[in-house]
This record gives sequence, C-alpha cells and structure tokens, in this order.
Amino acid sequence: MYNIDAKGMHFKELNEQVRAAVKDGEDEITLQNVNGQYYIGVGIREKPTITIEGVPGNDLAAFMDGPTLRVKSNAQDNIANTMNSGKVIIEGHAGDVLGYGMRGGKLHIKGNVGYRVGIHMKGYKKQIPTIVAGGTAGDFFGEYMAGGVLILLGLEGTDVKTNPIAGDYLGTGMHGGKIFVRGEIDPTRIGAEVGILDLDENDHKLLKKCLEDFCADFDLSVDDIMKEPFKKLEPITDRPYGNLYAY
Amino acid sequence: MFKSHVLPEYLATIDTDKCIRCKRCIHNCGWGVYSWSGERVLIDTQKCVKCLRCYHYCPVEAIEIEDSKTRYKDNSSWTYKNIRNIKKQAETGGMPLSGMGCDLPLPILFDNMLLDACQVTNPSIDPLREPMELRTYLGKKPDKLEVERTKDGKLKLKEGFKMTPQIKLDAPFMFSPMSFGSISLNAQKVLAMAAKECGIVMNTGEGSLHEDLLPYTDHVMVQVASGRFGVNPDYLNAGVACEIKIGQGAKPGIGGHLPGEKIPLQVAKTRMIPVGSDALSPAPQHDIYSIEDLRQLIYALKEATEYKKPISVKIATVHNVAAIASGIVRAGADIVYLDGFRGGTGAAPNVIRDHMGIPIEHAIAAVDERLRQEGIRNEASVVAAGGIRSAGDAAKAIALGADAVAIGTAALMTMGCTVCGKCYTGNCSWGITTQRPELTARLDPEIFGERLANLIRSWKHELMEVLGALGVNSIESLRGSRERIRGIGLDTETLDMLGIKAAGT
Repeated sequence: MYNIDAKGMHFKELNEQVRAAVKDGEDEITLQNVNGQYYIGVGIREKPTITIEGVPGNDLAAFMDGPTLRVKSNAQDNIANTMNSGKVIIEGHAGDVLGYGMRGGKLHIKGNVGYRVGIHMKGYKKQIPTIVAGGTAGDFFGEYMAGGVLILLGLEGTDVKTNPIAGDYLGTGMHGGKIFVRGEIDPTRIGAEVGILDLDENDHKLLKKCLEDFCADFDLSVDDIMKEPFKKLEPITDRPYGNLYAY
Repeated sequence: MFKSHVLPEYLATIDTDKCIRCKRCIHNCGWGVYSWSGERVLIDTQKCVKCLRCYHYCPVEAIEIEDSKTRYKDNSSWTYKNIRNIKKQAETGGMPLSGMGCDLPLPILFDNMLLDACQVTNPSIDPLREPMELRTYLGKKPDKLEVERTKDGKLKLKEGFKMTPQIKLDAPFMFSPMSFGSISLNAQKVLAMAAKECGIVMNTGEGSLHEDLLPYTDHVMVQVASGRFGVNPDYLNAGVACEIKIGQGAKPGIGGHLPGEKIPLQVAKTRMIPVGSDALSPAPQHDIYSIEDLRQLIYALKEATEYKKPISVKIATVHNVAAIASGIVRAGADIVYLDGFRGGTGAAPNVIRDHMGIPIEHAIAAVDERLRQEGIRNEASVVAAGGIRSAGDAAKAIALGADAVAIGTAALMTMGCTVCGKCYTGNCSWGITTQRPELTARLDPEIFGERLANLIRSWKHELMEVLGALGVNSIESLRGSRERIRGIGLDTETLDMLGIKAAGT
C-alpha cells in the first residue's frame, strides 16, 4: 500500500511520482485529494491497482496498458482514450468521448456517460475492449465502431420518450463489434448503418460474462439486471460506404 | 446493362508483328487490361490507367500506351475532365476519387522564384572539397543555452541543463507519412531502409508499425491520427518522435477511407478492424475540438513517452494557416508539419483535392513570419511538404523558412510510380499502393531502397552545390534567408506575402 497526496500537485509531478512508485514495484497505490489532474495512468505498462480519491481530470488511462484504476467519485472526459489493456472502474458518472479508439481492456462506469462514448472502438480476436455504463448515454454512442462490446444498462430507469437510454445517432457509422442495450431503443434515433436485433445464445453468454465482471465491481446483482430484456445493435454491412465513390 | 458513356482515357496497343506472345504484359498488368485468346493477347483498353508497367516489362517494345485519340469536342469550359466526371457521376451516383496530389494547372510559386548566387563581391564555396553542413535537428530549441568551461578550457553544456528532445537528420529531408494499408509493407521497407541509409526518417502514417520495421526504428516517426489505428504505448515509444495528424494537404478537413480492397488479413490485424471493411479515419480527432484540446493530446503523448520524444502536429495548409500554426506551437508542439494542397494521397474526393487549401510556398512564408513576429519561432521546427519535386524546391522552401522538407510522391517514383493516380483501387501494378500479394512481391525492398537512397544522395549533392554557390557552408545559413530569393512574374501582393523582392531589385 502506497499513498500519494495529490493536493495542489501539477499533473506532471503527480504522474512522475506514480510512474516512479510503479517502477519501484508498488502494486497498490492510492492517490488522495486528486482534483482534476490530467493523464493519471497514461502509458503505464505494468499492472498495479491505483485507487483515486477525488475527481481525476481528462485523459485518465489514455494509452494505458495494464493497470486497474478505481475512481471513487465522478470522472471527466476522454477516459481510456486509445487504451490497450487494463481496467478502469468509475463509481460515479463520467463525461464525453470515453474509450475513443479503445483497443482492449475494460471501462466500467456505474452512472451515466456523455457524448460520443466508445467511438471507433476496435477489436481483434481475443482483444475485445468493453465499456459498460450503468446509466444512460448521450448522442453518438458507438460512432464508427469497428470492434469490441458496448453495454448500456439504464439502471436508474429510462423511458423511450422522456428519458431515453441513449441519445441520437446511436451506432452511426458502425461497421464492427456489438452494442447491447437494456430496454427499449427508439428506431428513429439509431444510425443508418445499424440494425436492432434480438440476442442469440452466444450474445447471451458474452453479455452475462461482461455483466458478471461489472456487477462484481459495484456489488450489483447480475440476475436482477438480466431480468429486463436486452436488444443488440449490429452493423447491417461491414462496408457502409462502399458505394460512396465513382472509381 | 447499358454501355458506359465514359470515354476510355487511354489506348493500349500491341504491335502484333513485334509481339513474341511471352504473356509478360498479362502477368504484369494489375488492372486486367490484357488476356490471352489462345493465339494472341487481347486488350480491354477501358481498364488501362497508363501506369506503364507493361511497357517497361515488354521485352520487345511492342506496347504503346497513348492518350485515347477520341476526345469530346474542344471546349475550354467543358473540358474532357469535366464532361467525363459528370458522366461517371451520372452512371454511379458516387463522388469521383483520385490518388496523388492536385493535377490542375494552378500556379506553382517555386517556379516563380530564383535563388541568388555569389559573383566577385563574395566568394562561392566548392562543396566537393570544403566542409558543407546539412545536419538538421528538429524540435523545440531552448531560448538560450547555458554553457560552462571544463578544466581544460573547453565549452560544455552547464551541469543540469536539459536539452529538449530532437530528431537528428543528416540532411533536411524526411519521407512523408504513408501507412501500411495505403502502401504495401515492401514499400514501407523501401522507405525505412533508405531512411536508415541516409540518416533521415520515414513516417509510419496511421496504420501501426509492422514488426518488420523494428530494425529501423531509429529512423521512424510514428503517427497518431483520428482512426487511432495501431496506437499503443509500445508504438508511441518505438520511434524517434510521435506525430498527431490533424489534416492532409490533398484532403484538408476530411478524414480517410482506406477502401476494403486494401484491407486483407494482415492490414485488418494491425488496424484491428474487420477484413474487407473500409478503414475509417474520422474527419476530426474527436478528442480535439480546440487548441486547448490539441494541447491535451500533445501532453498525453508527452506523458506516454515520458517527455523523451518530440511531438509533431501535421496540418493541411488552409487559409488561416499562420494563426493555426501559432496555436499549435503554443499548445506545446515541438514540430509543425505543413502539408500543402499539392500534396499526395492514396485517395481523395476530387472536389476536395482540387478546390481546398493553399500552396505550401504561401504557407511556409506565412507561418515562419507569424512565428517570428510572435517571438516563438524557436519553440518549434517547421517541416514543409506537399509538392516538393526537386532539391531546388527544397532549397527554396528552406530559404522561405522551413527547417526541413518531406517528400512522398517523389519517393514513390523511385519505386516505379508514374503518378497514374489510381492508388485507391488497390491494383497498383508496381506493388506500391496495393496489398495483393502477387503485386507487392515484385517490389524488392533492397533494390528500391538503394534507388531511393540514391535520390536522397543526389539531392544532398544538389543542395550542397546550391549552398556553395550562395557562398554559405551550412544549411542553417540558408534557413529563413529570404533575401537570397527573388520573385519573377509575381505581383506586388504575392511578393509581399512571400517576403521576397522582385528579380532585378
């Protein structure tokens, strides 16, 4: 157990101290009094567990490759930007552009997420990035998605008209991967490139596995969550813009 | 099926008296122009793109590729290209697409600039027998150096003085970013081998770093663009610098669509997308909507590389380029890479390529001037690209204020490219802009790496001759020295903009 008091510290100094502690072999680090410092966990390739007390700033876990970060409060924008592996757990809400270009690892958010979450996520064979959000999402959820898994739960209750689970342009430009949504999806608000489908057996297995992990992080019940039916969004074609050009 | 009204562009012909039926043309053509009838070679001229691969590999010189003689009636407004595009668009509903840079006859200001030379009043220098320095360092330069004397009286950097990270180039040249996917792995190897041989750098573009390039990483710059293809911490730390790609001269303001034809398993794997899907690079980087956001990504990369690599930001040159470049420098970039509107591409919609952006000559002058006025010219190096055709262009670009130039199209020419402009089809018969294994196999990295190295050697000699004639012995003395350029046939406004005098004054 290793503590760093981040009070009044510039991000550069804080991250230097974190990197130094990781290099010294500390595998459980707590950052206290964090207040908006950028880039926590950026580029770290070892596998420590870092607990963050306070609100971390943008680009948390960007390019991260291994650590587990647990944020005890809300978090801001650009979390898990181009993240390669590891895990980020947010106990509150999180902001916009989460998991942009994410290549692997997990991002679990207990609350709501903002705009353009999970855009251009990728995946190859066993490297499947996963984002699970317990609440609702803003517009452009899963835009340009090329791989991986996005799951939206709406645990606080949603209503397709007054409090929809996702904003407009859900899955627009999607050409790979899967989006699972608990509850109803408004078909007028999804991207032109995706279709709303029922889950097959493999989907159920995948979903259950992802939710078990999510629920373990927040002490929730998988069975309760899975009582509600899920829908799946998948691309209609893996080449949505094949006819855009005259050769 | 209706017959297309689009006129064939070229007429491929075979002199049957000369033809020895060796079928090499059939084998060499990536476009399927030639086929075998059982007795002779058949020609489907509609498919010909005039890449001239067949011409070069016909052992008896039986092949001629001419521009198709049948043209629409002469009309200066409704040109052949305009009519052809309209018919194509009517038949497909798609946007006409092109590979390579803008080919319209717009003014090329390099051709309206002449360099000075020494006569009588100051001596010129002979570069063959006297030292001539082309070494170039790219990166933020400190406001001042702090030095101290050692015991034996020599100067050295003061203890504790930390120099900002730099890219070391043996000559002010680089290869512009071209990704694995847009070009073949063999073409990337050619660039890497030549870069190593010549002490300069190549740039991965946005398509990850293939493991075959690992032996060359001291001469590789890695790129982070909006698709984030192949980006992980190992990649960011692998090369000599990281580049954030905001824009490309050939297609300012739009993203990339690497067509599914160029996404076989290997490329799909490195990009982590489905085989045969189009690789989409979004138009913006969605984590950058402002200069402040750019600063955020620049410093994210600096954190990820522990401040050991210079960070370059590449933009297309657009109307307000000077103010944008100033913002980029203030955001913390160590290098500003300017890509002029004549710059090449694997694919760009014609409407963007031919109508957007400004030439590199204007951009260098505007950016260099603005950074000087603001007192931040030392904060970042300026790389100029997009239409550098010769060492002469390079010398003029440097005299206008660039620290180095980057070349893409010229480098591809050494591999066989004839600028046919069909890179987006994935059928390149020279094995450059294709992923078809039977085509890529014909590009031997060793042979063509040497040819590209030869081009750079030749340009080095030329640049040294230019410096010698100017009476200076270092590229540093030419950098930003606009006094050594005169304009010819340019109006006062353009001369003022470029910061040069008219010839004769």
